[in-house]
Amino acid sequence: MTDNIIKLTAAEIAGKIAAGELTAVEVTEAHLARIEAVDEKVHAFLHVDREGALAQARAVDEKRARGEKLGPLAGVPLALKDIFTTVGMPTTVGSKILEGWIPPYDATLVKNLKAADVVILGKTNMDEFAMGSSTENSAYGPTGNPWDLTRIPGGSGGGSSAALAAYEAPLAIGTDTGGSIRQPAAVTGTVGVKPTYGGVSRFGMVAFSSSLDQGGPCARTVLDAALLHEAIAGHDPLDSTSIDAPVPPVVEAARNGSVAGMRVGVVKQFRGEGYQAGVVQRFDESVELLKSLGAEIVELDCPTFDLALSAYYLIAPSECSSNLARFDAMRYGLRVGDDGTRSAEDVTALTREAGFGDEVKRRIILGTYALSSGYYDAYYGSAQKVRTLITREFEKAFEEVDVIVSPTTPTTAFPIGERADDPMAMYLADLCTIPTNLAGNAAMSLPCGLAPEDGLPVGLQIIAPAMKDDRLYKVGAAVEAAFVEKWGHPLLEEAPSL
Amino acid sequence: MTVTELLSYEAALAAYDPVMGLEVHVELGTKTKMFCGCSTELGAEPNSQTCPTCLGLPGSLPVVNAIGVESAIKIGLALNCEIAEWCRFARKNYFYPDMPKNFQTSQYDEPIAFNGYLDVQLEDGEVFRVEIERAHMEEDTGKSTHIGGATGRIHGASHSLLDYNRAGIPLIEIVTKPIEGAGERAPEVAKAYVAELRELIRALGVSEARMDKGQMRCDVNLSLRPNGTTTFGTRSETKNVNSLRSVERAARFEIQRHAAVLTAGGTIVQETRHFHEDDGSTTSGRIKDNAEDYRYFPEPDLVPVAPAREWVEELRKGLPELPRVRRNRLREEWGVSEVEMQAILNAGAVDAIVATTEAGADAASARKWWMGELARNANEQGVSLEELSITPSDVARVSALVAGGDLNDKLARQVIEGVLAGEGTPDEVVEKRGLKVVSDDGALGTAVDEAIAGNAAIADKIRGGKVAAVGALVGAVMKATRGQADAAKVKDLILEKLGVSEG
Amino acid sequence: MPGITREEVAHLARLARLELKGEELDHFAGQLDDIIGAVARVSEVADQDVPPTSHPLPLTNVMRADEVRPSLTPEQALSGAPAQEQQRFKVPQILGED
Ligand SMILES: [Mg+2]
Ligand SMILES: [Zn+2]
Repeated sequence: MTDNIIKLTAAEIAGKIAAGELTAVEVTEAHLARIEAVDEKVHAFLHVDREGALAQARAVDEKRARGEKLGPLAGVPLALKDIFTTVGMPTTVGSKILEGWIPPYDATLVKNLKAADVVILGKTNMDEFAMGSSTENSAYGPTGNPWDLTRIPGGSGGGSSAALAAYEAPLAIGTDTGGSIRQPAAVTGTVGVKPTYGGVSRFGMVAFSSSLDQGGPCARTVLDAALLHEAIAGHDPLDSTSIDAPVPPVVEAARNGSVAGMRVGVVKQFRGEGYQAGVVQRFDESVELLKSLGAEIVELDCPTFDLALSAYYLIAPSECSSNLARFDAMRYGLRVGDDGTRSAEDVTALTREAGFGDEVKRRIILGTYALSSGYYDAYYGSAQKVRTLITREFEKAFEEVDVIVSPTTPTTAFPIGERADDPMAMYLADLCTIPTNLAGNAAMSLPCGLAPEDGLPVGLQIIAPAMKDDRLYKVGAAVEAAFVEKWGHPLLEEAPSL
Repeated sequence: MTVTELLSYEAALAAYDPVMGLEVHVELGTKTKMFCGCSTELGAEPNSQTCPTCLGLPGSLPVVNAIGVESAIKIGLALNCEIAEWCRFARKNYFYPDMPKNFQTSQYDEPIAFNGYLDVQLEDGEVFRVEIERAHMEEDTGKSTHIGGATGRIHGASHSLLDYNRAGIPLIEIVTKPIEGAGERAPEVAKAYVAELRELIRALGVSEARMDKGQMRCDVNLSLRPNGTTTFGTRSETKNVNSLRSVERAARFEIQRHAAVLTAGGTIVQETRHFHEDDGSTTSGRIKDNAEDYRYFPEPDLVPVAPAREWVEELRKGLPELPRVRRNRLREEWGVSEVEMQAILNAGAVDAIVATTEAGADAASARKWWMGELARNANEQGVSLEELSITPSDVARVSALVAGGDLNDKLARQVIEGVLAGEGTPDEVVEKRGLKVVSDDGALGTAVDEAIAGNAAIADKIRGGKVAAVGALVGAVMKATRGQADAAKVKDLILEKLGVSEG
Repeated sequence: MPGITREEVAHLARLARLELKGEELDHFAGQLDDIIGAVARVSEVADQDVPPTSHPLPLTNVMRADEVRPSLTPEQALSGAPAQEQQRFKVPQILGED
């Protein structure tokens, strides 16, 4: 029974609960049992809120018993990235500096989830402050990729993607600053969407790089992602950068997948050196598939995309150097070295030294450098110009095409430890995802097969213009359906059992 | 603390030309903070007016207070500034425990208002134009209390306690261009500028601008250059000079100190300095070297502010009469000299007098009470006029009672004394203390008859033409009525009864 | 390309309030040098006449009405404090001025 429940999609679970075929408590217990059974190996979760989850589930069952109408995700369990503030649950952002911190307020996204009667199982592991592409930068140890536990599950949201791939939850939340939803989705054979910047509130989402960060849905199917997208998106007056417009019709699009007559762009810059052969192969097959489904393929040249990674590694560290200044040992979090004689200044410096990991320190120093007088124009200033050029290239491209496709990430999941002390190699994992963050438009990753050389999942990225998030789902649903038909089952069923 | 020998002010000015820059921070009187909905009410329990945003909790975000922006535009317009068509907030990055995010959300190279001026009038009526560089929006810090050191000073404290109720309260920072050409009047100009700015801010209704409550704070930047030269010298920045008198003293002290250093062949260190109220001196603070790098960049959590021109023009139309214009108008209406007007201004009595006339009193009597009895009283109590427990309408009532002959000046003073002592309204005080002038002709007639009867010899003299002797009878009547009679009326009555006419 | 020195890293660490250990300074100096060397490519566009984009959204004038919203209780505000006294955050002695 448990086995059957955990393999259900979110849409199926909600349907069965609404129909009285399952109770929310049963569903929650099944997932808690799965976590109990496998998470020691996977380490997707930093915190499991057994009591809270069961209480939420009971409330859903009571609501149903009273005859109240249930929402489309009522009673569905979810794994929440540990970057969102939660009343009554710790929020660590994968860092020692916030170990044990229990926020006095809920993030807007969390309020939205609660309002949708989604059952929050707990908080998932992540690269410290979302800085990384492997989840190895978590202060609480790495997460394993359910396809091969010696490999990375992607990052920074590796905990959320691993939880999905390990059937510990049918839904998860991630955040995407340079690819932290899409790259983990790609390497775990799951679906992840970075909504248009401003589509999902950032209030209560611990900031890494404010102008790039965006929360979004993670799921095992395109429809599930759409349902979750709809639940968390929308205008929030507490976030000045939140878009005050209706949420694009993502669920409707996911239910009506089609690419017939669509123009699909393939960008010249998203291939070449550093791209694994099997990744390129599966991507090319995906393009053929799109053609066979009635799409017209258009070659695009976006030369400035080659500068995207560089611009990103100036903008994100600059913003983070400022965003993370608040972790100073004064009001919350870790405090080290307060022996009654040291000054506040020294205690702050000692605490930050002890509480931040290497990657965080590296980026803080890099950002401090890029913003300092004398360097600002050459680095931060130029990076912002690159951003303008990339945005213009996207705008130009979207005059010709409806969506753009690319591999999500140049390689499949690499072994844990392989790039741990080679930041530049690690940064390459985000080569294809970063331009979207810089321009603020929407993108999705969904599985497009296994690389022949290592049998690991490959992700297909779909990019849409800002506020056209529905196109991702329309195309994604069509591609997903075609692949499942071709394979005879969802890709994830090929993953080894844990 | 290094004690510096000062050069005399005259000697300093004989050799050097002072250049000043004044930076004034004004706390706006908005209901809520600049970037969150927490109340700005003073005197609340520590940390009771804080939220995730103004505490800088992880995940929190700012949202701009519309009235904060509106107030900034009003101030900019009143200072004859251009209002930016498009501007942004920036982060000023530096660590300090009273600043929750360890950056101040401020404005950098895109202030909301820039390029203006403020005409200030010196005591002798001369008008000096102070050019305004910019006025920008930012936020205040929390308040620290230093424990364990001597008298709450930061030095020697063992630890500090932080209350973030003030953190995030909107501030407008107003920065002048270098003030040149004031010469020996530089300290006076500094004081007059801050005073004028304070009046202006109050007239706009955007803040009470109480310097004693820290709602308005001034930094005085000063440098000297040898007379006849044009290049600016190295400046010192005297921080948080928090009264009008102190602004003048700080400028004066720094002129004398700089001159002493320069005359002795020394160089001025670019540093912040602290002003000491007790002796009017300044002492060395933090040296401003290149280590201070604020790494400004546009605040990514906020979107640009682009005030619509129609809104700006609407605000311009709604501006009140500016203080200097109003003062000159009142001076003419009241028919007082520049010097008298300055005295009224210095006493902070303009608004009270206006309010009193609006409540029906004539300007002369309103001025007489506020500048006399009440100013003396406020002075004795060490409070401002508006803190006295008497309202302009009370004063107007007293004035009306005098005009109507119900009170004489002596009684009126007693009434005011009663009102200030909390005995009630003027009419209640009159009633309770029984202070009404005896105007009842019957009662007064009896008193006059008794006086005539009791002083028959004097009465005869008066009948005989020695009218001057009437004073003695008046005195007798006044004594009998315990001062509550109108002396002029008593005199008339006595003469009438004795059948004598004056002159 | 100006190499980033150990001293520069030390200065940046001071600005960023990070008490880096000696070996970390060397380690980071090397890595930062590599990263800066790679990302300095952005200056290829420095002379291009394009406006910088600091934000992906073209929004302006997002403001809220000046209306009081509930604050946290002092207990909630202080709930994460490493130390507190008299309903205030207790912090080590503060050096310096203003
Ligand atoms: Mg300032
Ligand atoms: Zn607040």
